[in-house]
Amino acid sequence: MLKRISALALAGLTALAMAGCGGGGGSTSAQSGGGGDSSITMGFSQVGAESGWRTANTKSVQESAKEAGITLKFSDAQQKQENQIKAIRSYIQQKVDIIAFSPVVESGWDTVLKEAKDAKIPVILTDRAVDSKDTTLYKTFLGSDFVEEGKKAGNWLVEEFKDTKDTVNIVELQGTTGSAPANDRKSGFQEVIGADPKFKIVASQTGDFTRAKGKEVMEAFLKSTPDIDVLYAHNDDMGLGAIEAIEGAGKVPGKDIKIVTVDAVKDGMQALADGKINYIVECSPLLGPQLMDLAKKVVKNETVPARVITEETAFDQEQAKTALPNRKY
Amino acid sequence: MKRLLWPVVVLLLLLVVNLVFTQNFFSIQMRDGHLYGSLIDILRFGAPLILVSLGMTLVIATGGIDLSVGSVVAIAGALACLQISEDASLFTAVALALALSVLLGAWNGVLVAVVGIQPIIATLILMVAGRGLAQLITDGQIITVNSASYKVIGGGYWLTVPFSIILVLVVLAITAFLTRRLALGLLIESVGGNAEASRLAGIRSRGIIIMVYAFAALCAGVAGLMISSNVSSADGNNAGLWIELDAILAVVIGGTSLSGGRFSLGGTVLGALIIQTLTTTIYSIGVPPETTLLFKALVVTAVCLIQSASFRAKVFGRRGRAAPPSPAAPEEKVRVTA
Repeated sequence: MLKRISALALAGLTALAMAGCGGGGGSTSAQSGGGGDSSITMGFSQVGAESGWRTANTKSVQESAKEAGITLKFSDAQQKQENQIKAIRSYIQQKVDIIAFSPVVESGWDTVLKEAKDAKIPVILTDRAVDSKDTTLYKTFLGSDFVEEGKKAGNWLVEEFKDTKDTVNIVELQGTTGSAPANDRKSGFQEVIGADPKFKIVASQTGDFTRAKGKEVMEAFLKSTPDIDVLYAHNDDMGLGAIEAIEGAGKVPGKDIKIVTVDAVKDGMQALADGKINYIVECSPLLGPQLMDLAKKVVKNETVPARVITEETAFDQEQAKTALPNRKY
Repeated sequence: MKRLLWPVVVLLLLLVVNLVFTQNFFSIQMRDGHLYGSLIDILRFGAPLILVSLGMTLVIATGGIDLSVGSVVAIAGALACLQISEDASLFTAVALALALSVLLGAWNGVLVAVVGIQPIIATLILMVAGRGLAQLITDGQIITVNSASYKVIGGGYWLTVPFSIILVLVVLAITAFLTRRLALGLLIESVGGNAEASRLAGIRSRGIIIMVYAFAALCAGVAGLMISSNVSSADGNNAGLWIELDAILAVVIGGTSLSGGRFSLGGTVLGALIIQTLTTTIYSIGVPPETTLLFKALVVTAVCLIQSASFRAKVFGRRGRAAPPSPAAPEEKVRVTA
């Protein structure tokens, strides 16, 4: 008796669940059909909240979506690819108009992007690229050009030392080994300074993009290489750590050792304005407005370039003083 | 003293490598009114690791393990920097951060001793949740502080000596006194040998276990203050990341057995110094970043092998008492573990 009741109950539950599925599917399709003409719904999957840069990136996307009148469905992947794939699948099920995401890693996206394509939902990559061979899987990639950032840093150096005949000894603090920004900022920089043999990288080591490591590595550099003219750090934070090491060694950062970094976060800009850093190449997280423009164009079926570079600049000490009060991150 | 022979040999070897490959490695000068040199750097940057390892030694001596120390490092630094950025006094900031650390450690201890969860799982909870807590405190940002007095803890000097080194010496002295001059060390070893038997013998095992976890967290808290003060900023994501693994390694290199029981504070300090010397060596002699981890792994493997008596007996031939299988085996084990 009991068995039969439970079997009945189970059958009932199953039927209910199936009905729920059907109902859900019906209602979402009705929703997207109704809202398709005016308002756009965007599903955005963020990497996480691992740095101030990333937080500023998230804020920019959220704020500019509100301004552009785009409904944003936001999810935080907490640095995990499987979370991002889950989020993208749920966006596909919810039939959003467009999906945007910053891939945690470069590979392994083909299947889920194919699903989005089959569901006719366009995808925009932000900030980081994927290595899929099939470039029709996404509409465009909006983000910084890290190689270009390295080149900008190199160009400044060439300009700064154009009157010098002697060897210029450079030490480099690299980002996390193997990460795209570290690889590209290194190669872009080398490409520019490699043209002139007077520029010599005497030591290069990873500082993991952190202040603590930047300081520790710089301390070691200061002792093992007595004659350092220039420090090139792949981000502001490592540069800020290195500044403390340089001061501890009784040298003046920005004068005895010239410093060029990448990112332009608020603390870095402060140091630049204070004369402790000489030049910062911007790597802007504020790509929200550009993303919303692209999204509108893509939804209207207008053609967009396959690669859009974030609007970025670079700062010297004077420019930093004027830009600092408005710095958001 | 004999059991510390191999860690000492390894440390000396690393220093000799530097003598050959790095110029001025052993020069210590006075600069801007404080000591300056690579050896000072090793002590200064090794200070947080030594502290965390000291706490870890006692936890491991009770047969436990603490994976959460890295997160506690981040939390302590974050809370202290947050307080200072909100104009709290240095004393309040430090006291609050350390109090929270002890509380978190006691939480670990209760999970292990009272609830009876395996240490590796119990502390894994705080390891994961603690990073989140640190990010919650810092709001996901890096908090930069501008306090000259806070900076002293990790980056300052007292009578030309880095303050962090003095702090480590004080903690080491207190720990050595409590565990080696008083009965506490004996009780800890007894609990590590067999917690239940110790309880039946009249030792309050639970209290001892909760205490060592709280002590480990306190050490981690002080280390957290040092790390954040050294760069005048708190980074919830990266401060103390993976330091628990380095600490466990330092304890093992120092000759404390992971199965609990005996422990060696001196060995642990040596172990931590070996790890930091290795790191500084890598920076100084210019090992390319792509191969840094491999290089580290090779050295650590060599260190562990050379410390194993049975390995030495196999490779370098039968010497002394270490060779024959059954009768000398227990003694051999003591030499490995002690």
